Amino acid sequence: MAEATSRSLRDGSLEGEHCPALTIKDSRQSPLGSHAFNHFLSSLASNISASKSQARGLVLVALSKSPAFYFNLLRSKGIDADLVRVLDCYSDPFGWKDRILKLGSDQRDSVKGPVTEFKDVKDTSKLLSSILDVGRGFVGDGKARFAVAIDSVSVILRHSPLSAVASLISTLRSHDRVSCMFWLIHSDLHEPRASSALEYISTMVASLEATVEVTEGIKNPENLFGLEQNSHRGKFQARLKRRNGRVKLLHEDFHMEQGGIKFTAVSSENTAVNQSLVPKVQFNLQLSEKEKDDRAKVVLPFEHQGNRKTVQIYDGRRSLSEGKDPHSMHLSALSAERNNETKGTGEIHYIRDSDDEAPDSDEDPDDDLDI
Amino acid sequence: MNSPSNLLDDALGPIPGPVILVEDRVETSGAFVLHHLLKRSLAADAGGAVVFLALAQTFSHYDRIMRKMGYNLSAQRENKKVLFLDMMKLEYPSEHKDGLIGLYAKIQSAIESRSSKENITIMIDDISLLEIAARGSADDVLDFMHYCVALTSELGCSLVILNHEDIYPSGEEPPPTLHSNLEYLADVVVKTEPLLTGLAVDVHGQLTIIRKVVLNEKGYSASKISNFHFKVKENGVEYFHPGSQR
Repeated sequence: MAEATSRSLRDGSLEGEHCPALTIKDSRQSPLGSHAFNHFLSSLASNISASKSQARGLVLVALSKSPAFYFNLLRSKGIDADLVRVLDCYSDPFGWKDRILKLGSDQRDSVKGPVTEFKDVKDTSKLLSSILDVGRGFVGDGKARFAVAIDSVSVILRHSPLSAVASLISTLRSHDRVSCMFWLIHSDLHEPRASSALEYISTMVASLEATVEVTEGIKNPENLFGLEQNSHRGKFQARLKRRNGRVKLLHEDFHMEQGGIKFTAVSSENTAVNQSLVPKVQFNLQLSEKEKDDRAKVVLPFEHQGNRKTVQIYDGRRSLSEGKDPHSMHLSALSAERNNETKGTGEIHYIRDSDDEAPDSDEDPDDDLDI
Repeated sequence: MNSPSNLLDDALGPIPGPVILVEDRVETSGAFVLHHLLKRSLAADAGGAVVFLALAQTFSHYDRIMRKMGYNLSAQRENKKVLFLDMMKLEYPSEHKDGLIGLYAKIQSAIESRSSKENITIMIDDISLLEIAARGSADDVLDFMHYCVALTSELGCSLVILNHEDIYPSGEEPPPTLHSNLEYLADVVVKTEPLLTGLAVDVHGQLTIIRKVVLNEKGYSASKISNFHFKVKENGVEYFHPGSQR
C-alpha cells in the first residue's frame, strides 16, 4: 500500500539496521513512475517539515527534472521546502557548459541557496561524497539523520556500470546519517539484472504496471484502448520485505488526477469477489467504509497532531473526583496545572502506525520492537 | 492549404508539452508533421523563432516545401527568425563528443542572443542521423538531448525531434535504445503509421498523438490520445476521422 510505504520512509531506520529503501519502478507500458516519485517525495517532505519523521532534512538528487520543478511542486502542495536541499545534476551534468565557457575542469560544486550544482555524473564516488556533504551541510554534525531521493537511477546507470551504482546506493543505505532513501528506475531502459540488483538492496519495491497489456507496433487495433488506459492509470504493486525475511505483497490501483497520483483499493470487481467469499454470519467480520472513517478520526492519547499542542482528552479520574468534592477537585486541578508549569519536562509522542493492519491480522505487532 | 484549425492542431492542443517526439516508419514518412510544426512555430501571432538542425535535407528542400504551404522560409532566414544549421556540411572532429558540445554551444548562444526567449523551437530532422554522426554512440546523443531538454525548462523554449520507429530492434524485450530513452523524455509523441488494413488510395496512413500527463501551474494536465487518418496532398495535408471520408 502506498501509505504503508510512505510511513516506512517516514519512520526511518532502526539502530543497528540499514535504512529502509524504496525502489520505484516503471516501464514504457506504464510510464507514470515520475509522478509516483513526486507523490512519495511530497509526502516525505511534508512529514519532514511537520517534524513527524526521523529524517531532519531531505537531499534530492535531481537528474531528470530541474530543481525549480521540484520547488514548484512542493510549493503547489503547500509544503515548506526549507528542509529540502537539491543536488542539481540536471543543469550541467557533464560539465559541457563549463567547457563552452572555457572554465577549468577543476570547478568546485557551486552552491546557490538550497541548490548545489554537480557537474560530473559519470563519477559515482564524487557523487556519493557530494550527496553526503550536502546532507551533513544542513542537518549539521551530530546524530541527526537525513533522507536521500534520487529521481532517476536510470540516468546514472547510463554512464556508470551497475556495480558502481549498486555500491553508491548501498553505501548510502548503510551510512549512519541516512534515515531513508528512495529512487526511481525505468526498468526497460536496462537489462533485467540492473533492476533486480537494485531491488535486492531495497526493503520496498513499488512497481507500476499497465492495466492493459499493449504489444509493440501497429498490428493490434486494440492497442489504442490500451494506450489510452495506461496513460493515466495502472496497477501499483508494493513488495515490502520485513526484517525476518517475510515478504508482504500489496496491490492497489492508481490513477492521475489534477492534484497528482491517487491510490485506491483494488477495483470493485475484486472486492465483490472477496465479499461473496466471506461466509454469511450474524455479526460483522469487516468494517464498513464509514466505520473505517470514524475509526481513523478517533484521537488517541498523546497522538502527535502536527501542531505542537497537547491533545485535550477526557480524563476519567477527573470526573470521578468532581462528583465527590468539587472544591478539592478544583484545588487538585490547580496544583496539577502549577506542576505542569514548573516541571513540564516529560513528553510522550505517539505516532499512529498500525492502522493498515486489520484488527485480527496475523502480523506480529512486536516485529519492530528492538530488544 | 490546411484549414485554419485541423485535427492535428486540435490533438496537439494550444500549448503542447515542451518536448515533441515525432516517430515515423519507412512506409509513412513523418516529414509532413515536421513541416506543419515548423510553420506553426513561425506563425506570425506566436512571434516565434526556430533553430533548425538539418541532417536529412538541404535548406532549399525545406524552402520549396514551405513555399507550397504558402510560407517564405528564405525571408524568415534573412529576418533571423530561422537559424538553419546545415549539419550535412558539418565536419565532425575525430573526437565526436566535441562536435556535439560545439553544436550545443551554437544552439545555446543562438537562443541566448534573442531578446525574447519564449516561443523558440529547436527542431531536429532527424535524430537517427545524429546518432550515426556520433558513430553510433546513443549515450552521447542522449547527453546532447539532455542539454537540449534542459534548455526547454530553463529558457522556456520547445523541442521537436523526428525519429524513425522501425530502425530499432523490437520483440518481447527489446534492448534499450535511443528510441526508448527518447520516449521517456517526450511530453507529446506523434506516431505516423501505415493503415492496419494495408494500402489505400484515399488514406495514406494514420496518426496517433499521445499527450502525456504534464505538471504545470494548474496541476497535472489530463493525458489525451487521438487517432485519425491523413492524406498528404501536393500543398498540404488532409486530416480526417476514420470512415468520415466520402
